[in-house]
Amino acid sequence: MKYLLILASDPAIPSPAPGDDDFDAYMGAWGSYTQELVEAGVYQGGEALQGHETATTVRHAEGSTSIVDGPFAELKEHLGGYYVLDVDTLDDALAWAKKVPIGTGAVEVRPIFPTDGY
Amino acid sequence: MVREEGGRLLALLADRLGSLEVAEDSLQEACARATRAWRSGEVPRDPAAWVYVVARNVGVDRSRREAAAHRRLSTSSRVLDTAVERPGEDGEEPASASALLVAEYAEVGDEQLRLLLLCCHPALSRDAQVALTLRLAGGLTTEEIAAAYLQPEATVAQRIVRAKRKIRAAGIPLVIPEDLGERAEVLVTVLGLIFNEGYLAHSASAAGLTRAELADQAIRLTATAADALPDEPELAGLLALELFHRSREAARVDAEGRLVRLADQDRSLWDTVQVARGFTVLAQALARRRLGPWQVQALIAAEHTRERPDWSRIVRYHDLLATFSPGPVARLGRAVAVAEVDGPEAGLREVDAIDSLDRFHLWHAARADLLERLGRGGEAVGEWERAAALAANPAEAAYARGRAEHQEGA
Repeated sequence: MKYLLILASDPAIPSPAPGDDDFDAYMGAWGSYTQELVEAGVYQGGEALQGHETATTVRHAEGSTSIVDGPFAELKEHLGGYYVLDVDTLDDALAWAKKVPIGTGAVEVRPIFPTDGY
Repeated sequence: MVREEGGRLLALLADRLGSLEVAEDSLQEACARATRAWRSGEVPRDPAAWVYVVARNVGVDRSRREAAAHRRLSTSSRVLDTAVERPGEDGEEPASASALLVAEYAEVGDEQLRLLLLCCHPALSRDAQVALTLRLAGGLTTEEIAAAYLQPEATVAQRIVRAKRKIRAAGIPLVIPEDLGERAEVLVTVLGLIFNEGYLAHSASAAGLTRAELADQAIRLTATAADALPDEPELAGLLALELFHRSREAARVDAEGRLVRLADQDRSLWDTVQVARGFTVLAQALARRRLGPWQVQALIAAEHTRERPDWSRIVRYHDLLATFSPGPVARLGRAVAVAEVDGPEAGLREVDAIDSLDRFHLWHAARADLLERLGRGGEAVGEWERAAALAANPAEAAYARGRAEHQEGA
């Protein structure tokens, strides 16, 4: 079963930026987490997103569209990236979600609609 | 039969058929067939085995049909290839049915624990965990759960439907995880909530019978969980607490249905078998040397079974309890114990130092009782009245009103 891990973090707590002392360690943690997913055979994809301020939203309403600056929902926590995993059960997905090296933030686990007949 | 055995059968079917949904539908269908077949008066020797075999056949057939419909074999169903003898439609089970049920129980073993852990999965909301546990593991009907919680039946029904939908859609498994710590914690919390609702009842009504049944359900389920998880002593701690409380049931209300304080209860009415069982279970829990809040509460309840409780020991237990679950309600319990050790004045000082319980009826009741003992009857009347007004439980409200009237008459 496939699950989407939606990574959200609080912009008030900035992540290390290039040049910071802890930047390499920070990036290394993400690299090894992703590597672990690949080695476990559960990794289906995943990306980090650019900042919330770079988002543009296309709103649809009864056939017409409008383009607005910003993300579709203003939340305290900002969407920062995602993973798609293929594991057996929610318990497995939750176990991986616990290991995401996000520091302070939240990981939402969503089952993806199966496409194999169910 | 269904009440006693239903949860176990469902757990076993869910395991065998690989789907909670199919298991539930099949069990329901089998019970309906049983009702029809047994109407003539010819009930099989082992009704549970009869129902199990029929339900399993129904479930296997359904899984087969669904698998065919999806043009692929379901991999989740383990019994598809197992040929099962069908019981006769006249209600007579094949001689092998009882043996089969016993064998399957033995093979699966932990089926009840699996079902309990599924119902108490942390991905479900607390309300859903409680409702599912009562419905699936406890075998209560939606109507009974709604009555016990004074909630509309539609609300409870929808809560259960949503939870089951999430179990299916999100892929919540029917397994016993390797790391049980967090899961056992949820389990003990949910079982404790069910017992509290049944026994200490925040909102009891005329449906008193349903509530006693709720408390008995909690005891049965807690005993099952504690048995299956001997390494989680908090489950045994909760079970001991439940047994101590339950043992006093007959002494808790008088002939007029009025609440009787622990100190005034007729101890000869206590169920000594339950008390003894409580002590045994508590001793086993404590032997694990991993103390927790439920075990400490059981220790306090155990001390109260003595003719002359050691109140200074109860104060120490409350101090211990506060290290696990600090908060004003825990402090109130300590303050009441302090009054027994150091006198009502010291107790009242501690009660008054808790400033966040103005809306809690027991805070006012504790104040009222201590004021009375200090000869400040006039102030006590007002406090009893406030306690009566705030108590959601009619029996507790009536008790406080009675004390107010008694004090006014004095």
